[in-house]
Amino acid sequence: MGPIVSLSKIGAYENKPLGDYMKVFMLGWEFPPFISGGLGTACYGLTKAMDQLGIKVTFVLPRMVDSKYATHVKLLTPESQMSIESQMSIGSLNFPELKNVAFRTINSPLQPYSTPDVYQRRIEENLRQKHGGNVGATSRCSGTIDYGSNMYVEVHRYAAAVVELAGDEQFDIVHAHDWMTYPAGIAVAAMSEKPLIVHVHSTEFDRSGENVNQMIYDIEREGMERADKVIAVSYFTRNVIISRYGISGKKIKVVYNGVEHNGGNNWPLAETGINKDEKIVLFLGRITMQKGPEYFLQAAKKVLDVVDNVKFVMAGSGDLMHRAVEMAAGLGIGHKVLFTGFLRGEEVRKIYKMADLYVMPSVSEPFGIAPLEALGNDVPVIISKQSGVSEVLMHALKVDFWDVNEIANKIVAVLKYPPLEMTLRNHGSFEVRKLRWKDSAQKCAKIYEETLLRFEKCTL
Amino acid sequence: MASICFYFQVHQPVRLRHYTVFDKNDQYFDDYKNASICRKVANKCYLPANRLLLDIIRRFEGRFKIAYSITGVLLEQLLSFSPEVISTFDALAETGCVEFLAETYYHSLSFLYSRDEFVEQVNKHVETIEYLFGQKPRVFRNTELIYNNDLAALVESMGNFDAIMTEGASHILGLRSPDFVYRPKGCRKLKLLLKNYSLSDDIAFRFSNRDWPEWPLTADKFARWINNVNGNGNVVNLFLDYETFGEHQWEDTGIFDFMRHLPEQILKHPDNDFKTPSEIVQSYEPVDTVDVPHLISWADTERDLSAWLGNAMQSNAIHELYRLEKKIKKTSNEKIIADWRKLQVSDHFYYMCTKYFADGDVHKYFNPYNSPYDSYINFMNVLNNLHSRCSRLAPLDANSIADRALMGKNYLTEQAAEGVFCPPLGGA
Repeated sequence: MGPIVSLSKIGAYENKPLGDYMKVFMLGWEFPPFISGGLGTACYGLTKAMDQLGIKVTFVLPRMVDSKYATHVKLLTPESQMSIESQMSIGSLNFPELKNVAFRTINSPLQPYSTPDVYQRRIEENLRQKHGGNVGATSRCSGTIDYGSNMYVEVHRYAAAVVELAGDEQFDIVHAHDWMTYPAGIAVAAMSEKPLIVHVHSTEFDRSGENVNQMIYDIEREGMERADKVIAVSYFTRNVIISRYGISGKKIKVVYNGVEHNGGNNWPLAETGINKDEKIVLFLGRITMQKGPEYFLQAAKKVLDVVDNVKFVMAGSGDLMHRAVEMAAGLGIGHKVLFTGFLRGEEVRKIYKMADLYVMPSVSEPFGIAPLEALGNDVPVIISKQSGVSEVLMHALKVDFWDVNEIANKIVAVLKYPPLEMTLRNHGSFEVRKLRWKDSAQKCAKIYEETLLRFEKCTL
Repeated sequence: MASICFYFQVHQPVRLRHYTVFDKNDQYFDDYKNASICRKVANKCYLPANRLLLDIIRRFEGRFKIAYSITGVLLEQLLSFSPEVISTFDALAETGCVEFLAETYYHSLSFLYSRDEFVEQVNKHVETIEYLFGQKPRVFRNTELIYNNDLAALVESMGNFDAIMTEGASHILGLRSPDFVYRPKGCRKLKLLLKNYSLSDDIAFRFSNRDWPEWPLTADKFARWINNVNGNGNVVNLFLDYETFGEHQWEDTGIFDFMRHLPEQILKHPDNDFKTPSEIVQSYEPVDTVDVPHLISWADTERDLSAWLGNAMQSNAIHELYRLEKKIKKTSNEKIIADWRKLQVSDHFYYMCTKYFADGDVHKYFNPYNSPYDSYINFMNVLNNLHSRCSRLAPLDANSIADRALMGKNYLTEQAAEGVFCPPLGGA
């Protein structure tokens, strides 16, 4: 299958022709406003920028979307599509601002209680139909099966549905985001004989420390091994992929995330109802092991030993939420720490407007978009050195996540020395505006091009 | 006639240790790091360069001459950590071909913030040089060649200097050449020596740069450029950081060999000679007056003060520092005053510079911090502790309370109004 459309638009953006046009079959897991973390934000930013570059993207999502949560993007709910297409079990979303992106959601499962075995049979059947041979593209997936894991089942149900959907699509390259989509990516790439790119936004080691889920690790590793190119969101993550997954460094490219800029952000402070006598130090993110909430609280305790008029806000939810509440009480600072639960949309902007300082003490953060959003909202940031974002930010305070004393030292410094806060804010908000999704999308496009060139040579 | 005047700036800052807001003791400086860097630079630069220059001076029997400006903070460190370097400088002094210049003892920006402090530091430096090397400096250079008309006027009024040095910046000279002796505007006696930055930087910065069309720079080639000055100027002032030898330019770039061969190449031309700054002053009369109303320096491409005072953190830190001057001096406590003065070393403010991207490489050199923010936080934490020490000590000084009372001021209420915490006696 040759190039589908000519790529004149890309040339106009980059001032040099990118060669032949490409059409991308992209596999994601979440998309705004259905997001639990940075992955959805990243997928949105990247596809939007690709859209502006004129790259055609078919974006496949596994979940149903409910329009009442839609905030800054307008959605056509799958239900409305489903009323017509209910037989197909495949829906579509529509973002009017994304002209070149077609969304496909995979709604109901092909079989409600599909097991990996059924999935495997279906895939292989599909492949046999396509190629008339025994391909066995997914045979290794069945190596470790965790029947108790709904996630695992869903991943494979998703893969099977995607293969079905892909049969009707035309594309040049498959781009899969994070482990849940890798089996689908592998299968679609094998079936269509197109190159596969896996995009690593996080690894099992980031999420679970040393207590990795073997099943997930295996899926991740297989995805990276089968991929023609691996995109890592930072050198921090690239190192993990090399050292923990044994992937050759030559195959791994780093593409940093960008950040969305929402133009003027002139929220009048009065509307937030905040009394600015007290300084506010913000933790925003999932309250999980990966994000280091206990280091935030221990630092808060030390700060409160020397500064009084400060409150610590923990915005987010997660499996360590209750332990965090108990820990704050145990440290005797319960009255100084506020828990807001999970925030979205305008609530997030509001909390940034209130905050004097954002702290991200992550134990292991492949990238970390939130500090960029904080800077975009004129909030200075302290970030852990164990993060990808610390590779791209100069105008941020950097700490080791375990160095509670230093975190506290830096929090106090920002609260106590106004010129520090001012310089961080001025330079930081300027610096963050240079991190654009457009550049990330262009880098991806370049990787597509190189991969396609090599792939064509190999298949000839 | 072209007289070549070599002057080398010799300086190492005293680096602060990591000092958090929770630290309470008065040990601010990282003795281990300062000692190890001092010894490292001594071995890579000061000792081999001194040996080389001593050889050259002996070989040319009085025809090769140089000048040094060695800061007080470095002399203190050398005496503690590498005393052998001092004896080699002393050996150089005894040749009679080496001149020592005066500057602020603490390599400070005090001229900009306190004239009293500036004069005290210059006098302290002059005394130290005289004590160590038996010469009384007659030529002054300010920290980083920072200069304006007011500085020249102040230095002339101090009475013991014949000349002052600064950068031969194009924007102050216009079409004039730096290769003459000038007169600072408003001065009657003082002469002005200007750095030939183009030829100086060829050695200091471009020597090992392989992208530079003139690379590799040989002594022969450089001597030809000097000869071109003949007829167009009287002097060529080559002002360099001494660390150019062996530190900024590593030994394997050939910098020592270049220097070894340069004098004979330059002296091949009968019209060339080497002179110390004081000899230049005696030999040549000013050709014109140079007006420098605004401050200049030898730093970066801007030749201004933005490397030290370019952002809000830098200006805040230095203002807070000099705001303490009266309080510090009132304690009459030598340790407190010395600590305060060591905080004036200009490098502390240089580390806070956020002009990363253009001048990044030079600024990172010898920089003990990963970011300008870390250096500001550290400095301010130290300064806060220093402040609390003099607040604690001040009430002990009964004389000053009595003095103030005579002047019609109530010291204790004044302190209370300033919000200074005064613990009971013995609390310190």
